[in-house]
Amino acid sequence: MVKITYIQPDGSSQTVDATAGMTVMETAKKHMIDGIEAECGGACACATCHVYVDAAWREKTGGPSDMEEDMLDFAFDVRPESRLSCQIKVTDALDGLIVRVPEKQF
Amino acid sequence: MAEGNGTSTPIETDAVIIGAGPCGLFAVFELGLLDIKAHVIDILDRPGGQCAELYPEKPIYDIPGLPVVTGQGLTDSLMAQIKPFGATFHYSQRVDQLAKLEDGRFRLKTDLGTEFIAKVVVVAAGGGSFTPKRPPLAGIEAYEGTSVFYSVRRMDDFRDKDVLVVGGGDSALDWTLNLQPVARSLTLLHRRDDFRGAPHSVEQMRALVRDGKIALLIGQMTALKGGNANLSAITVKTKDGETDVAANRLLPFFGLTMKLGPVADWGLNLNENLVLVDTEKFETNTPGIFAIGDINWYPGKLKLILSGFHEAALMAQAAHKIVYPGKKLLFQYTTSSSSLQKKLGVS
Repeated sequence: MVKITYIQPDGSSQTVDATAGMTVMETAKKHMIDGIEAECGGACACATCHVYVDAAWREKTGGPSDMEEDMLDFAFDVRPESRLSCQIKVTDALDGLIVRVPEKQF
Repeated sequence: MAEGNGTSTPIETDAVIIGAGPCGLFAVFELGLLDIKAHVIDILDRPGGQCAELYPEKPIYDIPGLPVVTGQGLTDSLMAQIKPFGATFHYSQRVDQLAKLEDGRFRLKTDLGTEFIAKVVVVAAGGGSFTPKRPPLAGIEAYEGTSVFYSVRRMDDFRDKDVLVVGGGDSALDWTLNLQPVARSLTLLHRRDDFRGAPHSVEQMRALVRDGKIALLIGQMTALKGGNANLSAITVKTKDGETDVAANRLLPFFGLTMKLGPVADWGLNLNENLVLVDTEKFETNTPGIFAIGDINWYPGKLKLILSGFHEAALMAQAAHKIVYPGKKLLFQYTTSSSSLQKKLGVS
């Protein structure tokens, strides 16, 4: 099992079990994490599963692909650590991953 | 296929289908086999709904008989499949009003003023109507329609104004190019110096920047300034810190999102923004109004296109009883029925 921690804008956090192969978005939806909307269902087509990857994890998750970067244009308050969580696949290497949910998903 | 007529003479028809996504399109087919004529209304400017808007190029793997099809491919195939039934499409309009008439029929009116009188109504509105994303900036609502616009309906609204266009796609670029000659000043704001729009538009935009005709700013909006519904400036965060851009017109282009919209006001029983239906007829609490596809809910509901197709078929059986009261419906297969094949134009 891989642990992922989601931190809300108010500082509260939830650590949940994730399965390798699922995405960080799917894991959030499964555990009903607030603030991850994923309107398009994971097609990298809506930018409503935007998260900020914790600085310590940015190297392991990598940065956004070109398509994801384009889609991030539709997100609000985009930062260098911004990712769309539907595009981050859970792997064993991400055990302990910390992501922050933005104030708003638009 | 006609556009909306925009007049006040109502269009009389058997069925109005709200939504031209896959389920709305297939409803044309199922109703058509039962001789029920339909008009289809959609807020987008083309058919396909989410398939066309959200994932035209993405593969779908769970349509029976089609191992893989893209959202656009499925839309195109459905349009071909329903062609024999001659449905009339009314695009770029949203149904705002739906009311029951004394004679049992329904009167509908769109935001463009097109009116319909129909014997049955099929709500196939998916996740609701696609509406422009509103940037989550404090107080933005107060400026909407006066200083903040999500589309350009009249160029004159921007004449001699200081315009800030935000975004990096074709809408932002096209309106930058189109409004530059009429605006007093125009600034294009985008979060990165990389544009998704058509390369030719990007070149034209860059040329305007080089000639000093527009300003290009790389950054993101953080606040709005102004009062009494009149915008005066937008605070923008750039890599060098925050700066105020003087503007009295703002055009943010951040794509579309889905909102239930007016469907919530039609007196239909809802369950968390979904329309409650039975599983025999997929009829709402108002007889004659049906709901199929992602917009409905019943125990066991799955938001799958294939489920919506099934719902369309059963809905049509019930709609037939309303459109042709007292007429017995003979169940037939398209494989063997010459009368169905005639309707499909294949015999």
